[in-house]
Amino acid sequence: MATAPVPGPVPGSLRAWLLSPAPASRRQARFGRWFRAWLGFRRNPLAMSGLAIVALLVLMAVFAPLIADQQSATLQVLQDRLQPASWQHPFGTDELGRDIFARVVFGSRITLTIVVMVGVIVVPVGLAIGLPAGYFGGVVDTVLMRITDIFLAFPRLVLALAFAAALGPGIENAVIAIALTAWPPYARLARAETLTSRRAEFIQAAELQGASHLRIIATQIVPLCLPSVIIRLTLDMAGIILTAAGLGFLGLGAQPPAPEWGAMVSSGRQVLLDQWWVATIPGLAIFIVSLGFNLLGDGLRDASDARS
Amino acid sequence: MIALDDVTIAYGSGPRAVVAVRDFTLAVPEGEAVGLVGESGSGKSTVLRAVAGLIPYAGGEVTLAGRRVDRRRTTAERKMVQMVFQDPYGSLHPNQTVDQTLAMPVAIHRLDNGEARIAQVLAEVGLGREHRYRYPHQLSGGQRQRVAIARALILEPRILLLDEPTSALDVSVQAEILNLLSRLRRDHGLTMLMVSHDLAVIAHLCERIGVMSRGQLLEITTATAMANNQVTHDYTRQLLRSNAGFDRSSVSSGELDVVVG
Repeated sequence: MATAPVPGPVPGSLRAWLLSPAPASRRQARFGRWFRAWLGFRRNPLAMSGLAIVALLVLMAVFAPLIADQQSATLQVLQDRLQPASWQHPFGTDELGRDIFARVVFGSRITLTIVVMVGVIVVPVGLAIGLPAGYFGGVVDTVLMRITDIFLAFPRLVLALAFAAALGPGIENAVIAIALTAWPPYARLARAETLTSRRAEFIQAAELQGASHLRIIATQIVPLCLPSVIIRLTLDMAGIILTAAGLGFLGLGAQPPAPEWGAMVSSGRQVLLDQWWVATIPGLAIFIVSLGFNLLGDGLRDASDARS
Repeated sequence: MIALDDVTIAYGSGPRAVVAVRDFTLAVPEGEAVGLVGESGSGKSTVLRAVAGLIPYAGGEVTLAGRRVDRRRTTAERKMVQMVFQDPYGSLHPNQTVDQTLAMPVAIHRLDNGEARIAQVLAEVGLGREHRYRYPHQLSGGQRQRVAIARALILEPRILLLDEPTSALDVSVQAEILNLLSRLRRDHGLTMLMVSHDLAVIAHLCERIGVMSRGQLLEITTATAMANNQVTHDYTRQLLRSNAGFDRSSVSSGELDVVVG
């Protein structure tokens, strides 16, 4: 359904191929759908800046060794400690003489690892609990949702703290701790989405055709749940980054000398007044990345609203 | 082909159960089309759903092609009975192309020549190649209903259940879909059970018509008898009158005082 008459795509161009009202193959239909969603997303400048920030974070993490020197991220040069910004150290140095620019750049890898790992754990767990609860209802629903309620009742940071303390500090344990407290809202979301489509006639039609419960859930319900779950995840990313930074700040996340942003803020707090950059630069990094994920999530939500 | 003997269908269980259909008996021989008419809540759709195996029935017996069936069915039993739903907007998955919608039944029943089957069934319901990879929101209501019919037909069922297949469409499209259905019935020798509140639609497709009210089958008549007003039951006569358009006499005691002007 073409909303605005786009000034005629050149016949034979990629754009015309993507926007074709009569796609000739499964692939073309799918790409066309994505392209239309992208066209909607692109109209939102805030969302685009969010996407740019997240893309920058990913590029920075991937090409970190090209941007900064890996050694100087952990290299202690004590005679250069607490230097202000200079050409040699664009963001100055910290209390052990390490280059803050290199640490921020390599810290993006840790942040991204945490974010991706939490997402990879939280989404499948949330779907695995929420989909059967919504689909089967009854006892299954009651049992699964009461378990979810129990996890939901724990204060998030305190539970994460307890896990990190019990399992020992470290990134992996920080990820597990965050994931354990982050999945319940996803289960609820997946359940709610399932409930809205459970009685739909296309589900009954699938049942009538002999589709198994597993097939109905996987092919009919998951595609309807996934967009809102992914949007929710993007919006939660900021919170996850902050929790990870918080754990790092408390010494329960990444361990020194790993350049984790939260831990960097923590180490800079003794010299906050005289050498403000030590804590402020990684703090700014956390702030910008959180903001980027939030803007991206908002944009995705708006784009998905516009389509439905 | 379809036989219902003293079928009782209830929603809920225990003391709070609501009986929607009581002691329903009807036989549809192979190749025949039977319609069920009645007002909303008369239980006609409930009967259809029980035959389809979407809901369980509490008493009696439903027999399809000589085999007693219940809600739980084998894949072969599923393949035999297919249904076209009322709302073409709700009966197609919004995120799946026509092609995906039609590919699923092929995959479930492990049918061979999936590609050819999809192309053939689309041609049969009057959709072109250009419709195959479209999403439902890129199709009109009539085209969607054709897709829904194609989805039912691709399994080569012997029984086609129709739950008000035209009531969500505008009048010109209704006629096209009805003509399509009667052609398909002729070509495939389908046995049809159709539900509608529109007597004209039912009479177009069905030879025999069952009249339902409050969960019971009042009488079985024929389309010709209805057309000639030769019906025995009072309720049917009332139904006929109300279908004839607005008529003062169909409002029994004149409680409805229409203020003119």
